[in-house]
Amino acid sequence: MPDISTQLLEQVQTALAEHSTLDIRGNRTKTALGRASAADSVPLDLHAHSGIVNYEPGELVMTARAGTTLAEIDAALAEHGQMLACDPRRFGGQATLGGSLATHQSGPARPWYGSLRDHVLGVRLINGRGEHLRFGGQVMKNVAGYDVSRLQAGAMGTLGVLTEISVKVLPQPDYSQTLIKTCDIFDGHTLSQQLASSTKPLTGMTWVDDTLYLRLQGSQQAVAASTRQWQEAYQTTAIEPEQGTQFWQQLREHELDFHRQPAGHSGSPKLWRFSINPRTGPFLTGERWLVNWGGAQRWISGEYDLETLGEHAQASGGEVCLYESSDGTEERMLMTHPALRRIQQNVKAALDPRGIFNPGRLFSWL
Amino acid sequence: MTGNAPTTDIAITQQDLAAAFRRFIDAEYVISDAETQRVYECDGLAAYCEMPMLTVLPENTEQVQQVLQLCHQHNVPVVARGAGTGLCAGATPNQYGVLLSMAKFSEILEIDSAARLARLQPGVRNLAISEAAAEYGLYYAPDPSSQIACSIGGNVSENAGGVHCLKYGLTVHNVVQVKLLTVEGEALTLGNEGLDGYGADLLALIHGSEGLLGIITEITVRLLPTPECAQVILAGFASVKAAGDAVGEVIARGIIPGGMEMMDSFAIEAAEAFAQAGYPVAAEALLLCELDGSVEEVAEYVDSVTAIFNELGATSIRVSQSEAERLLLWKGRKSAFPAVGRLSPDYYCMDGTIPRGQLAHVLTEINRMSTEYGLRVANVFHAGDGNLHPLILFDSSIDGEFEKTEEFGGRILELCVAVGGNITGEHGVGLEKLRQMPAQFNDAEISQFHALKFAFDPKGTLNPGKGIPTLKRCQEYRTLKQNADAVQGGHKHA
Repeated sequence: MPDISTQLLEQVQTALAEHSTLDIRGNRTKTALGRASAADSVPLDLHAHSGIVNYEPGELVMTARAGTTLAEIDAALAEHGQMLACDPRRFGGQATLGGSLATHQSGPARPWYGSLRDHVLGVRLINGRGEHLRFGGQVMKNVAGYDVSRLQAGAMGTLGVLTEISVKVLPQPDYSQTLIKTCDIFDGHTLSQQLASSTKPLTGMTWVDDTLYLRLQGSQQAVAASTRQWQEAYQTTAIEPEQGTQFWQQLREHELDFHRQPAGHSGSPKLWRFSINPRTGPFLTGERWLVNWGGAQRWISGEYDLETLGEHAQASGGEVCLYESSDGTEERMLMTHPALRRIQQNVKAALDPRGIFNPGRLFSWL
Repeated sequence: MTGNAPTTDIAITQQDLAAAFRRFIDAEYVISDAETQRVYECDGLAAYCEMPMLTVLPENTEQVQQVLQLCHQHNVPVVARGAGTGLCAGATPNQYGVLLSMAKFSEILEIDSAARLARLQPGVRNLAISEAAAEYGLYYAPDPSSQIACSIGGNVSENAGGVHCLKYGLTVHNVVQVKLLTVEGEALTLGNEGLDGYGADLLALIHGSEGLLGIITEITVRLLPTPECAQVILAGFASVKAAGDAVGEVIARGIIPGGMEMMDSFAIEAAEAFAQAGYPVAAEALLLCELDGSVEEVAEYVDSVTAIFNELGATSIRVSQSEAERLLLWKGRKSAFPAVGRLSPDYYCMDGTIPRGQLAHVLTEINRMSTEYGLRVANVFHAGDGNLHPLILFDSSIDGEFEKTEEFGGRILELCVAVGGNITGEHGVGLEKLRQMPAQFNDAEISQFHALKFAFDPKGTLNPGKGIPTLKRCQEYRTLKQNADAVQGGHKHA
């Protein structure tokens, strides 16, 4: 697989010389996430900049070019019984590593295994001065210099062109078992709170459509013992392994019934994501909810506005964003605090002083 | 000391500033005399001393805010200090500036047991968090060796680690929210009580930023359920390479231990003499492998790891059979620094990281340099995550020996970079490792760091001169390095 970083660097330098802006792209799987870059931006295509640069299973580290698909990464890791424990959304395997970091992806096991941001060890990136730089490294710990690598998580390409990423990988668990229990959102919440503090090898806890789904992963004996104990104590039901795998996959890929809700009057459904204190009791209970991560992440879809939902989020120690929408002009999150806005603009200027990368992609004002 | 003077002229005298502070801070907590300030002249790295112009101990956020506003107005440098246990001279005072001690911020504001979160003032001691959480069956995972004394604010500032990082992560993986004041005194909240927000991860950027970007006033950390069970396996090996291979095999079999520590023969002897934990003193290397989790999981993995160690030639194996025995086996490791320290008037602790596969090579090189410099070295290694702590023994009363030690240490760090690692895993850069920064970063990368600093602190008054070297210093380093290499090359050809 080719290393086209020289061409990428040239394209950035051309944009600087011509005063144009760039729209950074991988495999175009996440266009509905975040806003659209300014319309006159020139595409900067990274999908050809792909390939695994280095993979040391014994070191638990993989380095790959930003355009490498997760399908390719999964296949290489599976050969050694390892995985991307942060479990990013795959988009049929076509999602790229760079795009996954830029949008800060994580899967159903986020509270227990961490997100992609947690697993990033280092990056190479082209900044807005047309310099190809390296931050972090290929080892688990590194506190030399500012953590520019993790800063990229969620920046949606506004702070530079990611070209290469090193991530921590982990062994696949020996054994998995999914348990379910039929309950309404209130009982689901109560039981979740109880189980979240348990010492069992929990790696998934999701309530949707009157069912609480629990996943146990670890050594076979540990999973078997915990399954038995929870069946007795909480009347949970163990489901077939294939069924379990399918549920967690559909949850990660946004392919559950919940995600196939009919379009609202504006044409397509808007998907809202809350990141809040997990002990927050159910609210807006007339709506159809998906409660993930034991309550720390919650989803609804429909016609709302950021102000109304923002009040609920704030009261729960968190925030809400318009996670997915086909309307690329809408603001995805309210950022009204003046000092916070200024710092974000300053950080943007530090990495991209001429504002050439993905203008407007994250916020209309950035 | 040079390089830490503010870029703009200071516009107020010590007396006037002290008087201004005393208008809103208890006079007792505004310290201007040299004698009382002496306790603040260094952090855990005592080789770097400096007296501050003024020391303040504010008692609430509003006071910190006012201190920052005044200092910003008059271009006065501000150096934040937690418990002062840091090992990189990151909290060394600035002679032209205010030392801002956060010692009064020692309150645990809330243990939110249902959400498994703890809301803390920055001066709360690391260990106090787990102690307070224990009644709910919860604990705070990162456990730096200094956890009895070090503060959570300092942990965030240095992104502190500990012996459980491979499985449980560093500070950055265990903090969900930080409140801080900008250099202008404006309050910011980064992160939230959930997990992951929208936008670039400024919360991560604050971790390890050594007080250069803002002053932390509140931290919310995640708490984890205390594992049902933990057992530690102590194994001796006939060589460092054999022990390294054993670590690699455990991981290759898909087991992630809670902790995986290695010590070389010198460190084993010192620790055993100090702690009498029953360490195998004849072994060349020792592994401590802790497995934690549910009772069944620990039992299964203890069997697997014991079998692996046996297969790979362990010369002795001991599995802890009680909590008391587990703690005893850890005691040797946790007291390794002071234990080694007893053997010498002074010791200097290094903090490089390396890919684990390079361990045998790196230790061989360190031994070679140890002979070259005539300075003994004991090695303690976080084998799970590749973080190496060589302890160089020296005597500061001998003229020039500290300088020689620093040079030796610097070469160890450069070696770490050369094999694909870096100059600091968890102790930070501070003043101490400024010299080695150009070994890891080029001028464009260093400039990028300065630009980020400018984004938060345009006047450069927050902890000036720490963390990131000036470009001038980088160039001096490269010139010196070229000259040294030329000399060494010359010797080789001679």
